[in-house]
Amino acid sequence: MISLHVNGKKRKVDAAPDTPLLWVLRDNLGITSVKYTCGIAECGVCTVLIDDEAVRSCSISVDEAQKSKIITIEGLPEDHPVKIAWIEKQVPQCGYCQPGIMLQTVDFLKRQPNPTEEQVDEALDNVLCRCGSHPRIKKAVQMAADLTKK
Amino acid sequence: MMKNGITRRDFLKSSSLVIAATALHGELVLFNVSPAKAESTTTFKPHAFVEVAMDDTVTVWLGQTNLGQGTHTGISMIIAEELDADWQKVRAKMALAAEVFKNPHANAQFTGGSTSIRSRWDLLRGSGAAARQMLIAAAAKEWGIDAKKCRTEKSRVLNPDGRHLTYGQLVSKARELPVPQNPPLKEAKDYRIIGTARDRLDIPDKVEGKTIYGMDVVVPNMCIAVVARPPRFGATPVSYDTNAAMAVKGVLKVVPLEDKVAVCADTTYAALQGREKLNIQWTTGSHPELNDESLDKLFQASLEKPGAVAESTGDTENAFAEAAVKIEGSYKLPFISHAQLEPINCTAHVEKDRCRLWVPTQGQTWSQMAAAKTSGLPAEKVEVMTTYVGGGFGLRVTADPVVDAVSLSMAMDRPVKVMWTREDDFANDYFRPGSVSTIKAGLDKDGRLVAWSHKVASPSIMSGLMPEQVKNGIDGSSLHGIPDMVYTLPNRHIEYVMMDLPISVGFWRSVGYTINTFAIETFMDELAHAAKKDPVEFRLDHMEKGSRPYRTLSLLAEKADWGGKVPAGRSRGIAVGSCFGSSAAHMAEVSVDRKTGKVKVHKVACAIDCGPAVYPDAITAQMEGGLVMALSVAFHEKIHFSKGGVKTANFDEYPLLTMSGVPEVEVYISNSVHKIGGVGEPGIPTVAPAVANAIFKATGVRLKELPFKRDLLIKG
Ligand code: FES
Ligand code: FES
Repeated sequence: MISLHVNGKKRKVDAAPDTPLLWVLRDNLGITSVKYTCGIAECGVCTVLIDDEAVRSCSISVDEAQKSKIITIEGLPEDHPVKIAWIEKQVPQCGYCQPGIMLQTVDFLKRQPNPTEEQVDEALDNVLCRCGSHPRIKKAVQMAADLTKK
Repeated sequence: MMKNGITRRDFLKSSSLVIAATALHGELVLFNVSPAKAESTTTFKPHAFVEVAMDDTVTVWLGQTNLGQGTHTGISMIIAEELDADWQKVRAKMALAAEVFKNPHANAQFTGGSTSIRSRWDLLRGSGAAARQMLIAAAAKEWGIDAKKCRTEKSRVLNPDGRHLTYGQLVSKARELPVPQNPPLKEAKDYRIIGTARDRLDIPDKVEGKTIYGMDVVVPNMCIAVVARPPRFGATPVSYDTNAAMAVKGVLKVVPLEDKVAVCADTTYAALQGREKLNIQWTTGSHPELNDESLDKLFQASLEKPGAVAESTGDTENAFAEAAVKIEGSYKLPFISHAQLEPINCTAHVEKDRCRLWVPTQGQTWSQMAAAKTSGLPAEKVEVMTTYVGGGFGLRVTADPVVDAVSLSMAMDRPVKVMWTREDDFANDYFRPGSVSTIKAGLDKDGRLVAWSHKVASPSIMSGLMPEQVKNGIDGSSLHGIPDMVYTLPNRHIEYVMMDLPISVGFWRSVGYTINTFAIETFMDELAHAAKKDPVEFRLDHMEKGSRPYRTLSLLAEKADWGGKVPAGRSRGIAVGSCFGSSAAHMAEVSVDRKTGKVKVHKVACAIDCGPAVYPDAITAQMEGGLVMALSVAFHEKIHFSKGGVKTANFDEYPLLTMSGVPEVEVYISNSVHKIGGVGEPGIPTVAPAVANAIFKATGVRLKELPFKRDLLIKG
């Protein structure tokens, strides 16, 4: 048995310790907001926060995540600045990439509460969105930063 | 066609889908409502599209797939407009696939060709208007007054004496009335929902992570399957280790499927590991010598062959011979992938007398037909539940995963979700076809275009997917944008050489337009330069005055201040085109570092004329997204082949454009009264040529190949 701490709750799962955290979250715990696209840490759709840091859940084993606090998009409050900004700027198209990008943004804004445009580009340059929601993501990140300051 | 091509061909053959530039004729047909009426006694559902509940909730039932393009909200806005509904009370829900959701101009339910709204514009308005008229009639009867005296506003019928009844209160009376067949429609000046800013209905759930895509479907007692597919064209399994796969904890069964081997398991990870453990040995396949270099040679050789003549107007040869200036250009575009982020998948449950599908599809009818054929059940016994879709871009009209999921559900006698990995996705995509072309054109002494000769060689999409659409060796989709180019020319000759390759090709957002517009619009720039004319002026001079593309290019030139001051160090390029009923134009502003060849795209401005702009913010989003995708294609994307198969396996070998490469975007929508056009696709084709033309302006180098080669831009 593996025990995980997800979105403030203790969860026990029966999975091989080497299973990527991604599949345990999705298959065993039914947390399908954590997406699969590449499986090789190239896209960012599987991102979760592990002890407040953005981590690609396809590339970490469930065993490694045992002692940490895991947060998925469901674990952020509905009025989280990132969620508000993402709605306000009407960011998602298909939406598949968004939870991962939003969580990476949460991590980024914590480290860089007043980002310049260049810093946003750099911080989110390793995520993929095929629908091309980038122009709106850029605006939403700035808005989330402003909301956080208030 | 290779692999599953035969099956695919069969599904698609019996449909009469005509995609793309086909003219759509609008005729309002309201459906028989009796079955809908019988469904429930507590709602008013005069049409399959719209249902009013006693609590005033208006549910819009949709047959169009939600790909994130905003269509669900746009369609709801149209119906709510004519119904005069209170927008706060409107919900959008995906319906089971059904006859009524078929495209009125094609015998199929699908989401493609940028048709969702433009081919239902009258129908959607009519269904809302009919419902409204019935609610008015019900209220008038209740009050014993003439219906003409009543008005409606925000889901209420108003009596001139000050009383009102809500739509919810009128449900039981309205449902007894006949459905009017030709309800009057509103005039555009009276719109209060269409053309306004609205929040997209699906966004809150997407932000909360609640949206269920195909990959997320869970059906009680289901298992998960991954399928090992031939790594090379025409390869089949020679041997594999079933026992090793079965030894993985959670693996339930190994199921051979024609040229594939499936592993079914309790969990995704077990299925993936089981597939690995199969250690399949495959035959060499049918084209072991095929690779990037051999393909290049095949393309060049094909271009030298005589082609089938698609059009020959005037006397191009003579006009060219007599032209004062003669120019030739050759263009080369690679195979590219859809690279939609949600991998292909389908969940199926086949029971004795029914089959259910949960599938992120753009082609409900073809999914249904594929399931019927595979299961042996009649099509009406196949229920298609369309899930949310993590990107489609034309790929998901095909039904490959349906066949596998249905076969496996039968083999396992339980629900099965078949999922592809990213590697499966790249290897089995229906790529945008690689294409080569040459254009020869002549200008007279006044700089007017007098001859245009165009030849394209490429594999044909239609010969694989809709063979009945190929006539006399011509696949119209391979020539998209050439016979219907936005310029009027007296002498034009168009030829096509159809190539026969084992590579699957398919519809990729804007299909052939995205290929041929690159050649045409960079070539037009070269001609303008040769004629010593301004690129906008030269283009306008060769268009029908006042035509949609003429207006669109003029709008862009004005809004983006073409001819105005260009910021220091930057250069501008422009391109225009029409497709899927709309016109679009792009202006790119770039700078080029001649030491490294690196291009920075600073800004792109875009103008679109799609007729009435139903949902402006969704149009803007489509233009923005299309721009990013098209820039990604222009700078980065190319599928590689080696040893008779697809070499590109994952995103590390297929980089997409990312945040730092995304420029500032300006979108100008011309909300015209002209015929309604499509939105999903028209924003793609003119991006790459606008950028290439800007690069020429900056460097004097003409880029004629995609993706752009950086070394060509290095000086010294
Ligand atoms: S699925 Fe984990 S980074 Fe792509
Ligand atoms: S919104 Fe579709 S991939 Fe990002």
